[in-house]
Amino acid sequence: MSVDAVPIRRSRRRRSDSWIGVASISPAILLITVLFVVPLVLMLWMSLNNWSFLGKPTFIGLENYVRAFTTDTTFVNSIVFTLVYTVIITPILFVGGLALALFVKRPGKASGLFRTIFFTPYVVGFAAASFLWLWFVNDSVGPISAATSAFGIDLDQTSWLVEKWPGLVVVITMVTWKVIGFQMILLLSGLQGVPEELLEAAAIDGAGWFRRLFSVILPLMKPTVIMVLVFSISGSLLAFEQFFLITTGRPNNETITAVYWIYNVSFTKFELGYGAALSVVMLVLLLVVTAIQLKFLKGRSDED
Amino acid sequence: MKTEPLSSRRLRRKPFVSVWWWVTGIVLSSLFLIPLVTMLLSTFKSRTELGMKPPTLLPRELTLDNWQRLFDPSAGLIQSTMNSAIVSLGTVALTVVVSALAGYGFGRFRFRGSGVLFFVVLAGLMVPFTVLLTPLLVVLRGMGLSNNLFGVMLVYTVYQLPFCIFIMRNAFSGIPNEIEEAALMDGCTRVGVFRRIFIPLVIPGIVTSAIFAFLNSWNEFLAALVLLTDQEKFTLPIMLAVRQVGKFGTVDWGLLDTGIVVSMIPCLLIFFLLQRYYVSGIFSGAAK
Repeated sequence: MSVDAVPIRRSRRRRSDSWIGVASISPAILLITVLFVVPLVLMLWMSLNNWSFLGKPTFIGLENYVRAFTTDTTFVNSIVFTLVYTVIITPILFVGGLALALFVKRPGKASGLFRTIFFTPYVVGFAAASFLWLWFVNDSVGPISAATSAFGIDLDQTSWLVEKWPGLVVVITMVTWKVIGFQMILLLSGLQGVPEELLEAAAIDGAGWFRRLFSVILPLMKPTVIMVLVFSISGSLLAFEQFFLITTGRPNNETITAVYWIYNVSFTKFELGYGAALSVVMLVLLLVVTAIQLKFLKGRSDED
Repeated sequence: MKTEPLSSRRLRRKPFVSVWWWVTGIVLSSLFLIPLVTMLLSTFKSRTELGMKPPTLLPRELTLDNWQRLFDPSAGLIQSTMNSAIVSLGTVALTVVVSALAGYGFGRFRFRGSGVLFFVVLAGLMVPFTVLLTPLLVVLRGMGLSNNLFGVMLVYTVYQLPFCIFIMRNAFSGIPNEIEEAALMDGCTRVGVFRRIFIPLVIPGIVTSAIFAFLNSWNEFLAALVLLTDQEKFTLPIMLAVRQVGKFGTVDWGLLDTGIVVSMIPCLLIFFLLQRYYVSGIFSGAAK
């Protein structure tokens, strides 16, 4: 997200007018205060309490945080699983998205049509896409089962959603299908910013296809690359629907992501204080990851 | 999308590459479209066909049975579709009004604290509301708005605001002062300037905000799952999750598939009809 806003035009407006400005932002500020600032502060307070859905909260200091990293092995496992998922999906989406972008970079109507088709799955919601893939891989109604049996292949799909790695493969396939077109569109805009003459000059100098990609194209589109990675990584760290709906944590909570575990703690066990503490940990993790990425972006673009 | 002049020289030299490009494109396109198309087609299968083992790939005969059953109130899907529509359209209306006003305030005026307040608004972009759901439920319960569609609408609106205010502020501050001054000089009131001059100029920003407010709330799953507890208040994605588990362990796939298609239709329509605004929204960071 680029935050370089258009500079405000400072007018010779009289100071007495400024109440109009205050009045017109007040509905937004009211809503943001009540449903963003207050929950944010409340979350910090809740995390220091034993806070259940009904009874009275009791202050317990940092006990929730200690519990998160000592006795609650499911939380630690869910963080590890979320990181594993992120480490697997990020390069798949990036390399695949870049390949598609290079593929549809060619001008012409057909390219435009392919772009639209590759992007289309992105516009449906994560929940809808998860439902669709549950149906797609279902062994009694899904097209995979229909197609394989039409060719006389007896494919055993029973383990697909029940075991850890097959379930993860189904989720990754679904997410790739859904999100890769989005990455393609962003990367394509970066690619189109690379001057054609530079590539031709590099080609004349004898640089091969890979050399041109790694030494000319990618360095020149660094801001786009970082932006795509920030979106992709923070999105993956927050993964919920695809696991909640497709693997439902099977087997034995092994495919539970951090957000999924926070959901379970807060809204099925109703341990709201502990859920708040886990949310704080998650928020810190996200902010650190984003800060590292932005730092990387800044550091790298300063070199140019 | 920017296009470069077609290098016909390269094409003439490598017709072979061109053939493979087409083949690859068509194969990839099929991979992307097959899940959507097969699902759409399966909504026209009859119930007996849906029960067949092994399943059929394409429907043998087309029936509207599933689509008719969708409107049966006892299935609950029509109710939840309505709930989704109410929440999404309500979110769009609230978001557009609140963010247009805020964009006007931030974009056209400078007052003490405006910088800090704008920073607070943008901070919302850094904190995904997924991590705030636990305290949000407590706040909404305190306001008597838990298990309430209006409460969900308010939550959705607040989480659309950072991006939409950002867009609207840029739209408003891009309007030259001279236009406003001339209108005021001619005796137009501030409200008149806002309505008759500013609003038409910021329409693209409003459309982009509205599209993403709609899509994000139409597709939202986790907050609705947490905040709504009565089945008659469920939004469509939550209802589909309930149908997915099935009554007495049997899933009514015909009905479920039709519901899934219904949940996808508005997204696809908006994308195809308003592609220009959609893509420009993507590039200003509307979707992540």
